Amino acid sequence: MVMSQLQQRRKFKVLVAKLGLDGHDRGAKVVARALRDAGLDVVYLGVHQTPDNVVRTAIEEDVDVIGISILSGSHIELVSDLMKKLKEHGLDIPVIVGGVIPPQDYDELKKLGVVEVMGPGTPLSKVVEVYTKLAEEYRRRKEKEGGAK
Amino acid sequence: MWDPKYLDKIREKLEEWEKEVLQPILKKLPERKQKFLTEQGFEIKRFYTPLDLAERGWDYLSRLGFPGAYPFTRGVYPTMYRGRPWTIRQYAGFGSAEETNKRYKYLLSIGQTGLSMAFDLPTQLGLDPDHPLAYYEVGKVGVSCPTPVEMDIIFKDIPMDKITTSMTINATAIEILSMYVLVAESRGIPRHVLGGTVQNDILKEFIARNNYIYPPHPSMRYATDLIIWCAKEMPKWNSISISGYHFEEAGATPAQEIAFTLADGIEYVRWVLNRGKIQGWPKSVDDFAPRLSFFFAARTNLFEQVAKFRAARRMWAKIMKEWFGAQKTRSMMLRFHTQTAGVQLTAQQPLVNLIRTTIQALAAVLGGTQSLHVNSYDEALCLPTEEAVKLSIRVQQVLLYETGVADTIDPLGGAYYVEWLTDMLEEEAWKIIDRIERMGGMTKAVESGWPRAEIARSAYEYQLKVERGEVQIVGVNIFVEPEVPKIEVLKVDPAVRERVINRLREYREKRDKAKVDRALNEVRRVAEREEQNIVPVIMEAVRSGATLGEISSALREVWGEWRAPEIF
Repeated sequence: MVMSQLQQRRKFKVLVAKLGLDGHDRGAKVVARALRDAGLDVVYLGVHQTPDNVVRTAIEEDVDVIGISILSGSHIELVSDLMKKLKEHGLDIPVIVGGVIPPQDYDELKKLGVVEVMGPGTPLSKVVEVYTKLAEEYRRRKEKEGGAK
Repeated sequence: MWDPKYLDKIREKLEEWEKEVLQPILKKLPERKQKFLTEQGFEIKRFYTPLDLAERGWDYLSRLGFPGAYPFTRGVYPTMYRGRPWTIRQYAGFGSAEETNKRYKYLLSIGQTGLSMAFDLPTQLGLDPDHPLAYYEVGKVGVSCPTPVEMDIIFKDIPMDKITTSMTINATAIEILSMYVLVAESRGIPRHVLGGTVQNDILKEFIARNNYIYPPHPSMRYATDLIIWCAKEMPKWNSISISGYHFEEAGATPAQEIAFTLADGIEYVRWVLNRGKIQGWPKSVDDFAPRLSFFFAARTNLFEQVAKFRAARRMWAKIMKEWFGAQKTRSMMLRFHTQTAGVQLTAQQPLVNLIRTTIQALAAVLGGTQSLHVNSYDEALCLPTEEAVKLSIRVQQVLLYETGVADTIDPLGGAYYVEWLTDMLEEEAWKIIDRIERMGGMTKAVESGWPRAEIARSAYEYQLKVERGEVQIVGVNIFVEPEVPKIEVLKVDPAVRERVINRLREYREKRDKAKVDRALNEVRRVAEREEQNIVPVIMEAVRSGATLGEISSALREVWGEWRAPEIF
């Protein structure tokens, strides 16, 4: 994969976390590893994370994308909580959700502000492409805002 | 058993066949692939003959023997399914006690023969439903059960003395089993007649399933104390279900699944024997080993899966007899439950999952399982609907009553390929067990994070094979259709949460607070004393009115909490 100029300046940094009490972490780890192998900086938080933890780490680590994995069926409530907390901190970091999500919930998650929902069977090549694209857009947006200040 | 002259003759004829029959065909029609591999990565030959077994020194009596006799390769019982069919046991539970009770009765009404309880995550992690971390998860992946009041409703009108119940509960196994025993006793059913299983396998939680609370050392004490207590008090109860299923789900290869599971088994046996030295009982493995049980996954790769079950059975028998000096036949028997592999369900074209689960279930039956859960076709999308679960049960009934596969024992036994695979998996699994032994056993290995990292590596390698098309999955990377259909899904009513929490608050108000405090202090006191068994004080705390969350908190205060090392 060709690194963009933005990525060359400072590697894109993404956060991958399991939100809630759900322990199924195979998907999250495979995604984290694929992103790392594709040259991204990955902060892997692991299982049993709260929305507060995720937001705090996102700020501390200055990440470009947040990836959330949920297989417990609590995705609407947990993600809505996370999005609210991100907004409270004035953050518009793109959020991606993966896991066992019924297709009828995709629209609702997107209404909450989730940029992309990637269910079981999504090819890793697509995962890497989406994360990179979103990181790049976010970085560009941020630099523009920074420049305007 | 192999006549050298006859083997020479086979060899000679084989060479002749290769030259005269095979070679001309290969020139005209090359095979589909350069190499054919099993999921474990063994290269598969075109076909197998007695030569492949003879060169391994394979002989019938030592490798197979007879069903119900050492080394149990062919099955743990002398008559297997001809005597008693496997138990049809679907893992179920969601929402509050009322919904779960209704689902259990439904399952029993359509032919299920045993129950398997799914608890929600707060219950599994020792949090009451009104805990801030619990709130969104109440009743989602299982039933909420913070007090015996819930347990009583779950089993309303269900004969606890007749039906066997398996409980997927680990870090809070003692609290939950206490509730079950108390409810049964309140109905006049003594604990010694109760039949069933507590999963109680904390090692695999640390390695793969992630529903642990306390650090490895106190967690092992908790688990082994329950094994000892059950051996004394509940002779018909399986005190642990040593689980490979979750390793497979997390990405383990078949040999890793066998090896990590048996290494866990070895660790539990050693711990119980050591606790026995401190507490005065048990004195030998035969005091508790007959009630150790196991749990494996069944994947779609039919023959290698059958070989996996057979190899595991043979290895455990050897471990118990040769390593631990077991005398009783039952101590050497690897009795196991099987669940079809959840990770092989696809969200794409979900009805195709019915075909996959049928083959997986067949693997379990050909492998000699004692009980079986068949996943529902919609589970890559949601909790199973009633209609989907019914089909899972029907899959089992078709296998049992229509196919004839249950009419003879170990029908694949003696198949050159299956015997070769059984041997190969066994060899590979012993290598991994040796390595864990050198690390000082599974508790030490868990603390280092090694098994976790190994499984994560296997999962990633598997995914790369899917990416490269070396692993082909219908609907995912071959025969793809554009959209995931919107099928009917099951959603848990959020009102459940309020109902459970209200009932919990009432329960807390009605009890004798001073008595609860005294009981929780006893839990703390005994938690600090290694020489005592922890089960009686936890059971007493449940009886006094302490909730699951309160007992767990008391133990957290003494033992602390664990976070697994995250290596990916």
